[in-house]
Amino acid sequence: MAAAAAQQHRHPKRRRLFLSPSPSPSPTPTLVAPPLVTLADELLFLVLDRVAQADPRALKSFALASRACHAAESRHRRVVRPLRPDLLPAALARYPCATRLDLSLCARVPDAALASAVSSSCSALRAVDLSRSRGFGAAGVTALAASCPGLADLDLSNGVDLGDAAAAEVGRARGLRRLSLARWKPLTDMGLGCVAVVCTELRELSLKWCLGVSDLGIQLLALKCRKLTSLDLSYTMITKDSFPAIMKLPNLQELTLVGCIGIDDDALDSLDKECSKSLQVLDMSQCQNITDVGVSSILKSVPNLLELDLSYCCPVTPSMVRSFQKIPKLQTLKLEGCKFMAYALKAIGTSCVSLRELSLSKCSGVMDTELSLAVSRLKNLLKLDITCCRNITDVSLAAITSSCTSLISLRMESCSRVSSGALQLIGKHCSHLEELDLTDSDLDDEGLKALARCSKLSSLKIGICLKIGDEGLTHIGRSCPKLRDIDLYRCGGLSDDGIIQIAQGCPMLECINLSYCTEITDRSLISLSKCAKLNTLEIRGCPMITSTGLSEIAMGCRLLSKLDIKKCFEINDVGMLYLSQFSHSLRQINLSYCSVTDIGLLSLSSISGLQNMTIVHLAGITPNGLTATLMVCGCLTKVKVHEAFKSMMPAHMIKNVEARGCVFQWIDKPFKVEVEPCDVWKQQSQDVLVR
Amino acid sequence: MEGRMTSLEATMKASSTMASSMVRNADPDQQTLRSNSVEQFYFPRPGQSLPGIPPFFGPPSSSLYLPNDNEAKFGNQFESNPSQNTDWDPQAIVSNLTFLEQKIKQVKDIVQSMNNRENQVAGGSSELAAKQQLITADLTSIIIQLISTAGSLLPSMKNPLLSSNPAVRQLGNTLGSPMGFGMNANQRPSVDSKTDIPDTGKTSDYDELMNNLNTAQDERDELIKCPNPCGGEGSEPTPMEDHDVKESDDGGEGENLPPGSYVVLQLEKEEILAPHTHFCLICGKGFKRDANLRMHMRGHGDEYKTPAALAKPTKDSGADHAPVTRYSCPFVGCKRNKEHKKFQPLKTILCVKNHYKRSHCDKSYTCSRCNTKKFSVIADLKTHEKHCGRDKWLCSCGTTFSRKDKLFGHVALFQGHTPALPMEDVKVSEASEQPHDSEPMNEMARSMVYSFPSSSSDGISNLDMKMADDVRGYFSPLSFDPCFGALDDFTRPGFDISENPFSFLPSGSCSYGQQNGDS
Repeated sequence: MAAAAAQQHRHPKRRRLFLSPSPSPSPTPTLVAPPLVTLADELLFLVLDRVAQADPRALKSFALASRACHAAESRHRRVVRPLRPDLLPAALARYPCATRLDLSLCARVPDAALASAVSSSCSALRAVDLSRSRGFGAAGVTALAASCPGLADLDLSNGVDLGDAAAAEVGRARGLRRLSLARWKPLTDMGLGCVAVVCTELRELSLKWCLGVSDLGIQLLALKCRKLTSLDLSYTMITKDSFPAIMKLPNLQELTLVGCIGIDDDALDSLDKECSKSLQVLDMSQCQNITDVGVSSILKSVPNLLELDLSYCCPVTPSMVRSFQKIPKLQTLKLEGCKFMAYALKAIGTSCVSLRELSLSKCSGVMDTELSLAVSRLKNLLKLDITCCRNITDVSLAAITSSCTSLISLRMESCSRVSSGALQLIGKHCSHLEELDLTDSDLDDEGLKALARCSKLSSLKIGICLKIGDEGLTHIGRSCPKLRDIDLYRCGGLSDDGIIQIAQGCPMLECINLSYCTEITDRSLISLSKCAKLNTLEIRGCPMITSTGLSEIAMGCRLLSKLDIKKCFEINDVGMLYLSQFSHSLRQINLSYCSVTDIGLLSLSSISGLQNMTIVHLAGITPNGLTATLMVCGCLTKVKVHEAFKSMMPAHMIKNVEARGCVFQWIDKPFKVEVEPCDVWKQQSQDVLVR
Repeated sequence: MEGRMTSLEATMKASSTMASSMVRNADPDQQTLRSNSVEQFYFPRPGQSLPGIPPFFGPPSSSLYLPNDNEAKFGNQFESNPSQNTDWDPQAIVSNLTFLEQKIKQVKDIVQSMNNRENQVAGGSSELAAKQQLITADLTSIIIQLISTAGSLLPSMKNPLLSSNPAVRQLGNTLGSPMGFGMNANQRPSVDSKTDIPDTGKTSDYDELMNNLNTAQDERDELIKCPNPCGGEGSEPTPMEDHDVKESDDGGEGENLPPGSYVVLQLEKEEILAPHTHFCLICGKGFKRDANLRMHMRGHGDEYKTPAALAKPTKDSGADHAPVTRYSCPFVGCKRNKEHKKFQPLKTILCVKNHYKRSHCDKSYTCSRCNTKKFSVIADLKTHEKHCGRDKWLCSCGTTFSRKDKLFGHVALFQGHTPALPMEDVKVSEASEQPHDSEPMNEMARSMVYSFPSSSSDGISNLDMKMADDVRGYFSPLSFDPCFGALDDFTRPGFDISENPFSFLPSGSCSYGQQNGDS
């Protein structure tokens, strides 16, 4: 209160919240307590921020309390994310102070909707995200640019139909600082030129997949947009002609050149020494025409590089690795999918002493001796990714755990030759771990017990670890309270007890995968319903789960947005009714093989934000019910339905749904009820690998 | 037949109207007004091809008298005309034709008398020379313009003309009167008329003339008429600023010959515009065939009569003896004109031709592909057409480029210029308007000619002018330009003069405004 008074004193003109005496009893009397009257907006907004953090829907209640609360809530909201484009004018009128318009939930935004919406609102918008939307063209962009003079951040990614005309209209938004034109396939140099000449304030620009853009446009861009700090030219046709111009941008910090086949050794060699002192992040992954010589030659031009990504690029040779000495500040090195020549990995240890993050995922030629030597020098390593380095054994892991004790992230999925005994070393030595991926490993309960030392653990992926049981999970549940994400996919040895321990010990849990943990019952779900932050629940192939458990989840986990209940044969319409009643945040659901009928499906359509549905092999679904559901769900973007329905549903209905931006995926898989046991499944996957 | 008669009738009426204005301004010292009024009739719409305008056969003959001192004669001639022109009876036509015949005869007399006078005064009085120059300029310009204007209607005109008068038959056969046309240079004032051809030198001239006229007709048939020379003449005496357009590509640039170290030749515009490829290095006269040139050279002196000189191209032999020759543009006010303060001569006749066409002629060659670019030199058009493709790279300032990299170089160089997207719809609308552009104008022109009252010629001529101006303004390609300008937020500086649809304004239409305002 004192603080509020002080604030008020400093800013006498600040608007305050005057609660009008309302004759009707307010639904939230606690918020209408007298002190609220004197609260300045800034303080009130802080309060509202916290309320929203706990439960986003609480703001709705607050707004309903009184007119003043309603007005305050209107002023408070900064981000507007409408469910449907036709709500856009109303939403923007309601929230005049909104600075960010996120249309990622609207699959189809027609020009008219965009024009009417934006023109009716005030021009406070600074950021607009249309990356998930289609259906608009140059006219919509014109309206947007014309009515939002302060527009600084515009994401038009995935505008596969947008071209030069739309780009020319983007050029009207002169104050743009961040712009994404990713996947604008028809875009050519002309459109890019229009943007480059006008939007000279651009800091970040993405031209990913703009296949029509050539060196001319990029050269012009480099000439006109001198303030660029981040540029994504992935999969463009940039060549040697414009590469030096880009590299000479004085402020460029981040350059992404994924899959640029026009960049070759010649281009890399054409740069002057210390050409770009500002560049910090360089991503040249999947540039097929680069060799180790080219990499060595470019490094002389970028002395201050912090991050280098050469994934799927070229074989790693010792000479190339030695050239990393030219970039002594290098912190992050990603060499995913590279082939390591002899002595190359060893050289990383000597050449990249300041390395914090190293990714050797899916690399071939990573051997125990070299990896051990390398990591023994990399004492500062924080993140290590050795996913699918199938040749490494306990020797490597011993070296890693003994030298890199400060690791916060270790990903070693499918390092199948590492024994369970060695996996215990992880927990014993690397107690700072926050992220650990031991999927498909030999981990057992002892290993999990050792991991109990890692109290900061937030993400734990131990899928396909058949040896772990409830006891091990109990250790995790007791000692890892910060756990947000746990993956227990196909951990066949687990039962309800272990899950209950996790649910009780990890209140921050947001994401849990229990797929094919066939022993799981409703008890687990009932306990998990206490995890209020849970937003992703995958219980595919858990045949013992019923609607009872699901209803508990629906009531307890109100933020649930992704739900996979495929092959939970017992779940029926009752579960759907609960979901429709409580899970208003649900975005994605997989209902395949459930016992849901038309009634349950239709009830789901009351979830207004539902975007993604998979409805395959449901015995109780009729074409009429499916059609009705699809017609009612206005936000659908993707539906997977069995192909048989294609002919049974009215064609014009399908067209209608598609016209709203929904994509149909017609599935033609055989009906297969039985689920093979986890060990059989794992053996099958191993057999594939050997072959 | 009736239609032909009416068109002929209209022609005659126009000619009489013309003659009346001629008489009014018949003072030889006031060539300005005279030529202006002539132009007023012939070219109400500079820059537009007017196939619908019927040819005037009266005016050339009447104008032929102007240089002479006996204006009273014209007055008398003209006194009888108004009554004849009040209605459209065949009698009037016949009388007009006889009138024409008389004029032609008189012209012949005049020229012959002048020829005699020149021979008598061997030293050549300056006054006479000046008069000759004026006469020839007037006559030739009027004739060639008449012919070129009338050419399209000639087939329909031919029969009535032939039936009425042998002299006119001659006219019809050669597409115009041969007289006076040869008087293009001061050195050659003597021109024979009618059918008898005295000597070989004259024969060549005559051939040239016929060729010229035929070509003129061809050109006009292709809607590539150049009415501007007359406009240029009309605006000659008006005070004008320098026309320093496209200096560099006309040649003769950067050459600093001291004045006086070279002979300055000034060809008349008819000579310039004639499709010649062989030029006399002495007098600058052009020929289509080298043989004709050689025959012509014999007239310059005995040294050119040698078999050697005749056998080989005369250019080489002439170059040995001739002093350094430079050329002057006949357009007064042009920097290339010898009267200009900073006169810069043109090096060759080809330079003269190209310079004159580019700078002082209408751009009548339109690119058939883009329908926007216009050229006065056909070679320029061909060069353009080589590059004029579907891909036209356009800048927001209106400049176009044949190559994308050139456009981007331009955009990189100039602050604020952006690449402009090809406005397909604008182009389409422009293209679709093209036929409308000419159709209503033809209609209007025709109706205006038909409704010519013969009495108040001046008022009608002004009315004609105004309407024509309005029409041009309405249908001009410029009226589509604002769409373009509005789309890209940039005004269009005159980067490319050829793009400006009013680029002919300085030479032609400025005089119209004055006329309309004065009268």
